[in-house]
Amino acid sequence: MALTKNFGFGPDEQMVRDQARRFLREGFGIEALRKLVASDHREAYEGAAPPAVWDQSLWAQMVELGWTGLGVPEDAGGVGMKTIAVAALAEELGRVALPSPLTATLVATMVLRAAGATAWMTRIAQGEAATLACTNPMGSWELTDTDVQAMPDGDGVVLNGTAAFVQDAAKATIVVVAARGPRGLGLYAVPMDAPGLDVAPDRIVDLTRDQATLTFGGVRVAPEGIVAAPGEAVAALERALPAILVVVAADLCGAAEWQLQTTVDYAKVRVQFERPIGFFQAVKHPIVDMMLAVDRARSLLYAAACAVDHEPGDAMRLARMAKAAACEAGAYCSDRSVQLHGGIGFTWECDVHIYFKRQKHSEALYGDAAFQRSKLAALLDAA
Amino acid sequence: MSERRDTPEQAEFREYCRRWLQEQRPEPASFRLPINAIEVSSEEQRRYLCRWQKRVYEAGLIACDYPKEYGGGGHSGFQAIASQELGRAAVPFLINVIGLGMAAPTILNHGTEEQKRRLLPPLFAADEIWCQGFSEPNAGSDLANVQASAVRDGDNWIINGHKVWTSLAHFASWMIMICRHSNEHKYDGLTYFIVPIADTKGVEVRPLIKMTGETGFNEVLFEDLVVPDSMRVDQVGQGWTVAMTTLTYERGAAEGAGSGGGFSIDEEVRALIALARRTVRNGGTAWDDTLVRDRVMGLAVRAEGLRQLARRMRVEALTDHPMRLPLQTKVLMTELVQDIGRTGVEIAGAFGTRYLGDPNAPDGGHWPHAYMNSYGMTIAAGSNEIQRNILGERVLGLPKSK
Repeated sequence: MALTKNFGFGPDEQMVRDQARRFLREGFGIEALRKLVASDHREAYEGAAPPAVWDQSLWAQMVELGWTGLGVPEDAGGVGMKTIAVAALAEELGRVALPSPLTATLVATMVLRAAGATAWMTRIAQGEAATLACTNPMGSWELTDTDVQAMPDGDGVVLNGTAAFVQDAAKATIVVVAARGPRGLGLYAVPMDAPGLDVAPDRIVDLTRDQATLTFGGVRVAPEGIVAAPGEAVAALERALPAILVVVAADLCGAAEWQLQTTVDYAKVRVQFERPIGFFQAVKHPIVDMMLAVDRARSLLYAAACAVDHEPGDAMRLARMAKAAACEAGAYCSDRSVQLHGGIGFTWECDVHIYFKRQKHSEALYGDAAFQRSKLAALLDAA
Repeated sequence: MSERRDTPEQAEFREYCRRWLQEQRPEPASFRLPINAIEVSSEEQRRYLCRWQKRVYEAGLIACDYPKEYGGGGHSGFQAIASQELGRAAVPFLINVIGLGMAAPTILNHGTEEQKRRLLPPLFAADEIWCQGFSEPNAGSDLANVQASAVRDGDNWIINGHKVWTSLAHFASWMIMICRHSNEHKYDGLTYFIVPIADTKGVEVRPLIKMTGETGFNEVLFEDLVVPDSMRVDQVGQGWTVAMTTLTYERGAAEGAGSGGGFSIDEEVRALIALARRTVRNGGTAWDDTLVRDRVMGLAVRAEGLRQLARRMRVEALTDHPMRLPLQTKVLMTELVQDIGRTGVEIAGAFGTRYLGDPNAPDGGHWPHAYMNSYGMTIAAGSNEIQRNILGERVLGLPKSK
């Protein structure tokens, strides 16, 4: 009965979090981030092709540390840790705004875990990056609203159609796609280099991710690519959704904490009217409000992750609340971090824009705050 | 059902609290019960609430964690459970809030042995009601500007001055009070006292009327009140330090001798949803309005966030700074209550114009009353502007305002 005493955040989970924090602070500081994604504004937004930058040697070390397999069950070759540990890791990724396919991989892993797709999780634990393709070209956040069709073909299927807003598609080697067939919705795992799969990158605001539209033109899926057969996929996605929201909310929380601390640091050193600007209540109080927003989101985040692990019946409600609060925190901290940095905050040279853009992107993923609140009201009506 | 984090002893105690609260629920009052202690205005309300607190104390749900020799239960980790169960049970609140929440922990931390033995048991039993004399007309947010004077006279002190916003003073036996014994130092010139209030020469209690139209708090005038030195708390010049202990408890950053009952935020959110579902609006109900749903669910998220923040406060590994979460409680709680009240008035629409006493007012006029009353909470106990200064300075290390 003591399982949720600490949200399930015990010594092992703390070790994962502290190790991640230390590793990322040493291996990927703000200078590295700036150099990687924001060294040239023309390259970022005006190059011939949208960039997909990441540090692949860092990725290899993260795989060594077991991060891709953190939430993968032990019998599938993973570390087998609970969602609360995955959330703590995702929070650290957000804190350094890490350009890597790990967040997308954690999201895809949640779906594979819900479907019990052992073999694919093993590949991820061994270091492959994966992403989820559930969103139709209209941008619906209902995970079952896919436009991709799956036609039976022997003991496999052939996929046709388009999935949009696919995260870090240029960095992933596996895509988990939802597709509709004559017997209902199924989930399929496909190598990104499968014949007939076209990846068209979007030009996006966020400098730390890439995103693409995937067109399936007769992509053949062998039986081992069937993650959830028609009839099972809807339930698997329903089970996975709270954990997906937790991962994205965690990223928002980590980044928002960075925005808070960075703005605090600036308010202590920037002097106007002979005083550090943090003296003035017009600056001090909004910074405190940033902290209130971040802490509300973090409290709900841990509660939601803990519910995914121990109280699945309440996980959807808490996860939607966590995502709503994390979106609010991300939006408010983005807004104030730029404004309170003054003139410099509006420039490319100040780092706050990198986080601002990542937050705007994360806010939209799987539904923003208003979307989550409308779903929460619907949950009440259904109760 | 026990909570997941309870030890076996705590689980057993929780079960006992629940059973007792279910079986010993008081008879409903024949008169309107106030929703918190700053609203107690009539003698029949006082009698009813004092009787209730005495029963709760005798059942062992008050002062659970205080030493037995001072009238406590001698346990540890029980008070939070008792307070939680009192909060959930929808029973009347404990009238001696200032005594339990502020005076008792202050006396326990700073008082003499004699003060603890004499004062704590009747405080717990509501045989003696307590009030607090900190604020003055010119010492509100700048609390250390207290001017009420204490002048040494042999074994006594002579007290003169004017305290304001003193809840419960009209029923109180005792007041915890900070006075100025020296004008040379702003902070070190303060000394903390316990002074008698009821039927005392040199003390005059005058009621103040709140914007809700109710009494409930007062101004208290002192003219040459004589207090023995044995009623001083801690050393001369330590008044500010002792006052900070009191305020730590007042602002919810630490568990006092007992609390709970009367008011539940979750209950307020449920009542708000129920109000929206039955209020006709634009051909449907207010609950059908997307914007109303969005606002109400926004409040529900904040309410759950507050509950989870209290849970996270006990998990050191998920707390970056020891005071970061505890110091947020007062701001979050009071602003949430205020926003729920305002939203209730707005959702009620035309009906939101009807007040206490109108037979057709939704929820008996609760919403406009709760909304107006909420300003007592956002202003009292250090206004929320002051709370934001404290959070910015003590937790985030921003430059001090003074």
